Amino acid sequence: MSGFEVRRHDNGDVSILHLHGFLDAHTAPRFEEALQNLLREERVKIIVSMSELDYISSAGLGVFMGFIEEIREKKGDIKLSNMSEKVFKVFDLLGFPCLYEIYDDETAALEKFNASSAS
Amino acid sequence: MNSKRKKNTFRIRFPSSTENLETIRDIVKKLALKAGCSGDEADNIALAVDEACTNVIKHAHKFNARRMIDLAVIYTSEKFEVIITDKGKGFDPSKMPKPDLDKYVHEARKGGLGIHLMKTLMDEVSYTFNPGVKNQVSLIKYITVRDT
Repeated sequence: MSGFEVRRHDNGDVSILHLHGFLDAHTAPRFEEALQNLLREERVKIIVSMSELDYISSAGLGVFMGFIEEIREKKGDIKLSNMSEKVFKVFDLLGFPCLYEIYDDETAALEKFNASSAS
Repeated sequence: MNSKRKKNTFRIRFPSSTENLETIRDIVKKLALKAGCSGDEADNIALAVDEACTNVIKHAHKFNARRMIDLAVIYTSEKFEVIITDKGKGFDPSKMPKPDLDKYVHEARKGGLGIHLMKTLMDEVSYTFNPGVKNQVSLIKYITVRDT
């Protein structure tokens, strides 16, 4: 069983969550908890990196939906990066690319956050 | 011709817990590949079955893992069908509208996306309801014939 894991890495005021394994109805609460912890610490500039995410179902996508408005109200954002073609397809089917910025890698997402802070 | 039409049936009964979703996806994917689906098609079917089982676990059984889910896979070389049966409180997802993502963001809603995914990923999705007795969802994918 490969399960699911969230690893956090902070870079200045940006937090990067690396998702590994399978994000489904069973594992979504762990991702939710990781986002709750960031909100509690008032860290609202978040990159979710998915290079090692093998699978996502709507339960995983729902977690993004549950947090995005609160995070944007606090002048933050969730930016997505390093998605495999398989994972992107699920995001795309539900129209998520209209709601979230998606980058090829973390560096590009980080640069976007830094550029917004500088302006 | 006969071998083409040969019907294979596979049935399992498992506790209604999200813990079992990964195993169910693996089994369904393996059977879909065996039936002749492409890797992408098999992934799509496994995702649709995950969504249907998640709905049963959450809405029909309210996360009560003592309840059981029956899953039947029936396939020929032309058609792959998964029937998911429960005896819980039925609800009719076919009446749910296509999710409005903007509304979802404002209301911080998390559910309802799975039904849209199931309809998009499968060729046919149908429901029959008899709450407390037998509720069923049938997911059908027609298998594309590939040149070998």
